[in-house]
Amino acid sequence: MTKLFQLVASGAALGAVYALVGLGFVVIYRATGVINFAQAGMVVLGAFLVYNATATWDLPFWLAVLVSMGIGALLGIVLERVILRRMIGRPVYAVILVTVGLLLLVEPVVTTIWRNPATNIETPWGLSKVTIGDVSILQVDAATVVLAALVLGAFFAFFKYTKFGVAMRATAIDQEAALAQGINVRRIVALSWAIAGVVAVLAGTMLGAGAGPGTGLGVGISIIALKALPAVVLGGLDSPLGAVVGGLLIGIAEVLTAGYQSDVLPFLPGGFAAVMPWVVMLVVLLVRPYGLFGTKEVRRI
Amino acid sequence: MAPTTRMLRSYGDDLRLMPSRSGKLLLVVLLAVYLLLPFQLDDFWASVLTLAGITAIGALGLNLLTGYAGQPSLGTAAFIGLGAFTASYLGRPEDFGGLEWAFPAYLAVAIVLGALVGFLVGVPALRLRGNYLIIATLGLVFVALYVFKSWDEVTGGNAGVPMPIEVNLFGLDFANLELFGETLGRNQGLFYLVWAAVALVALLCTNVVRSRPGRALQAVRDRDVAAEVVGVSLFTTKVGAFVLSSAIATMAGVFYGIWIQYLVAEEASLGLNLSIQYLAIIIVGGVGTTYGPIVGAILIGSMPALIDEFAGNLPFVSSSPATESGISKPALQAGLYAVLIIVFLVAEPNGLAGLWRRVRGYFSGWPLAR
Repeated sequence: MTKLFQLVASGAALGAVYALVGLGFVVIYRATGVINFAQAGMVVLGAFLVYNATATWDLPFWLAVLVSMGIGALLGIVLERVILRRMIGRPVYAVILVTVGLLLLVEPVVTTIWRNPATNIETPWGLSKVTIGDVSILQVDAATVVLAALVLGAFFAFFKYTKFGVAMRATAIDQEAALAQGINVRRIVALSWAIAGVVAVLAGTMLGAGAGPGTGLGVGISIIALKALPAVVLGGLDSPLGAVVGGLLIGIAEVLTAGYQSDVLPFLPGGFAAVMPWVVMLVVLLVRPYGLFGTKEVRRI
Repeated sequence: MAPTTRMLRSYGDDLRLMPSRSGKLLLVVLLAVYLLLPFQLDDFWASVLTLAGITAIGALGLNLLTGYAGQPSLGTAAFIGLGAFTASYLGRPEDFGGLEWAFPAYLAVAIVLGALVGFLVGVPALRLRGNYLIIATLGLVFVALYVFKSWDEVTGGNAGVPMPIEVNLFGLDFANLELFGETLGRNQGLFYLVWAAVALVALLCTNVVRSRPGRALQAVRDRDVAAEVVGVSLFTTKVGAFVLSSAIATMAGVFYGIWIQYLVAEEASLGLNLSIQYLAIIIVGGVGTTYGPIVGAILIGSMPALIDEFAGNLPFVSSSPATESGISKPALQAGLYAVLIIVFLVAEPNGLAGLWRRVRGYFSGWPLAR
């Protein structure tokens, strides 16, 4: 049982990261109708921004995260204004490929500026553990879950109760109708990109400080960030709630797979856990492409 | 009077393979270059241009799917790997655990296998469009990479496998080609083989595109519901595009294996970046043309090798990026791809082919119209 709890706890932490990254995917998908692959690149950039702020500028951790969140938001707005806005009205795949290009651009930029630092992001909790009963949980995992819960809670409150949140929902449903109601759709789109930048920085911080397989400060975390895509597909591409539920489900399932693969699926070669989310996603796409909470598109081909 | 490019008097004119005299002339020149070039090339350039040809084959296949049928795919890397490892398993010598088949046999099996997998991917992909199709094919790349990494008997796992050495076709040994009393090196021989294959695939693509199936592809791309209303079978067209494109990509994979000689399945060799490279090629070259992907493949397909060979002299490039400042060679290459994709998609979505059309249009009307 101890092993199970242990795995669920670290799975929840991974899932919280997926939820944060996934929220970025969902927010932009709702505003623009495309999947923004650059989100995974923004996560990497976010991690290195925080690293830069703590290690080079010597800022205290929380201030560094705040500053990086600001830079991340600004970066999102600039990307939208300079590149993505020119793509309005073009075929969907062209827009997606531009974001794929942006994702590809992040790695050379990051490795050229910061090269390959041997350290992780310095966090107040380091790699210490909290022990509850028999289960010992990495503090960074606990912090990730708490932070993600706070951010997601704030986001849902913003979405539900503020004027901007209502405007965002209206824009997602019908841009023209939103325009007719006097909503500044451009500002809403910019806001969506800013939110995506902020959550990317947070997710990057958690991945850059993490101790799990594949985490740690490096460009490799974009592979983990991309796995938020299966999570949002499972939850429904246009549903923020779906991103959270899908993220947690995929995260926990992935870690459980890693823990129990030798007992349950002994015939599969090792490392299946890392591709498990993609297999789940392919199945979901076949059976229920709009996911658990997504809007069902009425379409017959 | 001979019909010109712009004067179409009949359906037959529209279908002509070589509508203009200058086109025919260009073909003769290209043929002469093809025959003479390998004698002039040293090993490095022969290897670079051979790889460019291999890339052109894969890009032509992807162009059918993405450029003509409008189905964006990030899955090319999976099919390249499929082709390379099929060739390796069937064709490598027995002492490396292979079956030592002849080149035409394993090439044919690989192409059939590629078509089959393309069918298996294409049928479910019928239900997906745009966003969903791209992430589905992205998932395919990761799953395929996992299979390549773990299926030790075929792919050698983390250690990799050697590829077939012998390349015999029609009694010609391309690994050791003798022409006009001269023995050519392996890369020069492969140049002949690969570029002949490029010409065949290009002809195949042109013929598909200018006939009924090609018009069906473009109708599906432009509006699938309307296409179905006028009698285009979406199932046949979309799945057919996947099958054809995957078979061509797998063929490119076979040649890639033969060219690289030893393949290790890893993120760097058969990962997402390889798929993105193929997309970059058709975007830069020009989607929806036959010559665009070939031009793009020559420019972009040869870039990694050229950067590796020559970029060391540039002042801002560093060869030991861990210690000195400056951009590393792989980073420079990835960055160039990225910038090219973004710039072309934003500024010139029809790629070099579109640029060429505009230049030609400007001069053919000059000075009367501008």
